[in-house]
Amino acid sequence: MAEGGNIVKRINRDFKVRNFHQAKWDEPIIFELSKKGERGILIPQAEDEIKESIGDGISVLPDNIRRKQSPDLPEISQPRVLRHYMRLSQETLGADVNIEIGQGTCTVKYSPKINEMLSRMPQMTELHPLQPEETVQGILEIIHKTDMMMREISGMDRFTFQPGGGSQAVFALASIIMNYHKSKGQGKQRDEIITTIYSHPSDAAAPAVKGYRIVYIHPDEEGYPDFEAFKEAVSDRTAGFIVANPEDTGVYNPRIKEFTNLVHKVGGICGYDQANANGLLGITRAVEAGFDMCFFNLHKTFSTPHGCGGPAVGATGVINKLVKFLPAPLVDFDGNKYYLNYNSTRNHYSVGKIRSFIGVAQVIMKTYAWIMSLGAEGLYEVAKVAVLNNNYLFKKLMELDCIDAPYIKGKQRIEQVRYTLKKLTEDTDITTGDIQRRMMDFGMHYWTSHHPYYVPEPATLEPTETPSKEDLDEYIETLKYIFKEAYENPEMIKTAPHRSVCHQVDESGMDDPDKWAITWRSYLKKYK
Amino acid sequence: MIKKLGLIINPIAGLGGSVGLKGTDGMVKEALKLGAMPQASCRTKKALEQLSVIKDDIEILTCGDDMGEEAVLSLDFKARIVYISNKDETDSTDTAKAAKIILHEDADLLLFVGGDGTARDIYNAVNDKIPVIGIPAGVKIHSPVYAQNPSKAGELAKLYLTEKITRLEEAEVLDIDEDAYRKGKVITNLYGYLKIPFEKRYVQSRKAGTPLSDKANQNTISYEIIDNMTEGVYYIIGPGTTTRPIMENMALPNTLLGVDVVLNKKLVIKDAAEKHLLEVTKNNKCKLIITPIGGQGYLFGRGNQQISPEVLKNIGKDNIIVVATKQKVSELYGKPFLVDTGDDNIDKMLKGYIKVITGYKETMMYRIN
Repeated sequence: MAEGGNIVKRINRDFKVRNFHQAKWDEPIIFELSKKGERGILIPQAEDEIKESIGDGISVLPDNIRRKQSPDLPEISQPRVLRHYMRLSQETLGADVNIEIGQGTCTVKYSPKINEMLSRMPQMTELHPLQPEETVQGILEIIHKTDMMMREISGMDRFTFQPGGGSQAVFALASIIMNYHKSKGQGKQRDEIITTIYSHPSDAAAPAVKGYRIVYIHPDEEGYPDFEAFKEAVSDRTAGFIVANPEDTGVYNPRIKEFTNLVHKVGGICGYDQANANGLLGITRAVEAGFDMCFFNLHKTFSTPHGCGGPAVGATGVINKLVKFLPAPLVDFDGNKYYLNYNSTRNHYSVGKIRSFIGVAQVIMKTYAWIMSLGAEGLYEVAKVAVLNNNYLFKKLMELDCIDAPYIKGKQRIEQVRYTLKKLTEDTDITTGDIQRRMMDFGMHYWTSHHPYYVPEPATLEPTETPSKEDLDEYIETLKYIFKEAYENPEMIKTAPHRSVCHQVDESGMDDPDKWAITWRSYLKKYK
Repeated sequence: MIKKLGLIINPIAGLGGSVGLKGTDGMVKEALKLGAMPQASCRTKKALEQLSVIKDDIEILTCGDDMGEEAVLSLDFKARIVYISNKDETDSTDTAKAAKIILHEDADLLLFVGGDGTARDIYNAVNDKIPVIGIPAGVKIHSPVYAQNPSKAGELAKLYLTEKITRLEEAEVLDIDEDAYRKGKVITNLYGYLKIPFEKRYVQSRKAGTPLSDKANQNTISYEIIDNMTEGVYYIIGPGTTTRPIMENMALPNTLLGVDVVLNKKLVIKDAAEKHLLEVTKNNKCKLIITPIGGQGYLFGRGNQQISPEVLKNIGKDNIIVVATKQKVSELYGKPFLVDTGDDNIDKMLKGYIKVITGYKETMMYRIN
């Protein structure tokens, strides 16, 4: 077949923009696939001996936990279930099929498959959190040792893994701040939490749920949190300061210690949102920056992995004077065995429970495996490569006319950058949202920013340590291709995506709660 | 169903700017003599091109000659001329007359082409009775009723006429005094609000969930103010849509473009003038609630001249409460709030940082220059 050369169409590998088309299945919702009487598994009849001993197996259960009606589950055979979910998986743009650079602030990195295999071993999957301590010594040991490693990484004195994600970790920080001031008799007076507009919105939202008043600080012209404004904001009403550093702009505030000092001077507590810690491992620590508390997203920085709102852990650490406020139980070692420590609940200081049990065991175990495989030098290497990758991308993109990055000029960023496409939009009418949709045609993600947009036409990109130079170049070439298209054939971008699962959808219903149907049951109620 | 789209072009809009005249009011002859080229028609076509895909579903109601007819006919739309001026050179009265006729014809949307002056004429004629979109062609464009450029205006019109957008929002009609402007002085006045289709500028990305609409945000601000009101303190409520829900949620009548005074949640002065404010602020404890002008960031000296330097001196900086939605603040892109009271000492007093209320129990430190 290859004879004659020009008969066979060869792919030109010099051209870095990839030809791609996402699978598109006209796949119904699984409830719509249901056929009455169809079964995935036929359960054998119980043998007589068993029947004699437990009856029908249901009537022995207490009345209040027995269903009056059977659940309205889809009735469907095994191959159809398999086909259904395989098709859905093909319609997603998962981290394992695309060069995952575009989800800035999310730290989506490669998660080694061996860690996934470990977490799927029956020794993990068959565990139950209510098992007696002596039967779960292995996982308790892993949790305790992960705690010890987190202490090294941050300089904090004690960690809890209870919060089920970043926002819940911020909620834990706010709860600890509240109980701390209550214990000093200043709970009422201290009603303000200070944060910055480029910290994650949850740094404001979670304390607001606790009832705090929120004071936002804007950046100065360089992009650092405005210290003069901060000085005006700090007072005897300040309960705490919760902030990310670097912020979502990738700008690291080198004066952070002055900020934490000022808060301490008026009696406040400083909490560090370390969601953006990927460029800091082994380089700086929360404790040296003057923080009293911090949290890491294990599903981001520690690769367990991030995505789909899946299992997550916001590992939350505190300095000694705040340990008594931590949620219970903590995992401890008495020199002989590991055990659950409920001491803090007896002193009335503890914030109680932030979430059930002691944390998502699989996530903690993958974190442990990841850190152990890298060692201290490895973690430092992760940070260096993540920063290097980001600054390579940054430099290459800054060579283009239509994209810019506000704030500190001529200096490097840490692990991500918030860019602006203001000029491209002014020149061509193509917005950052349009670019976002067009990137899907090349099998790539691209993220804008939280709302509202404080940077005009924003784009936030974070490569992490994962991509190779070739990967970064492919991403850059794809962006360049689309920017060029914006000037030459804007209609192509306005009408994108063309090669994704869905074309443009009418999302007006997203703003109208009356149209929302977030479960099958509410869909039936509203639309059938 | 065929949708009716009104179209009014101010044919002389933008004439003055191209020859450096800072506006066209009363300067048409002068501008033409200096070699100005009319551009309103060309900008209209750019907007209408966006609508060509739905041309079979719309009927355009427009005016004779260069007030619409010429632009429409060259593009093959179904059109009906509903107004013809009997003058050689049309003026603002023609804009107003045409707008009223289009309103009576029950048009679904009114597109108008011009500058700040044209928006004022449209506002005077139709108020908020019909949704409008402005196609920018004038020298001065301060009013947010205008789209960023003609094709965006066309695109927004298409989305509205095809019912992809159904919500409306209020946008400010602002204009500066052109005579003063030519002498180097900027006096902006707020004339009112027109209804424009709600452009979904911040809903492309779903990661952050649906942000609060500006209106919902204004409501949260109003409850923050109302819940913290103190007995015996006079609250001076400045103009604008951001402060309006404060009055609405206390079931009090509201002067949108003026200043109202409230004591113990009761209205004591409606649409107060400077002399009223001087009286109230002289011997009473007062708090002033004010919002910056969208996009510009002016707190004082634009559209609220009754709050004079003297009044501000009586009130004192500590008693000034600034309110703004997060969207409004974000659209300043870090530019500080501005004050231009006409009194340097008062401007100096106001300089520095202020805690802006941006929601219920939510504030932002923001700079005033």
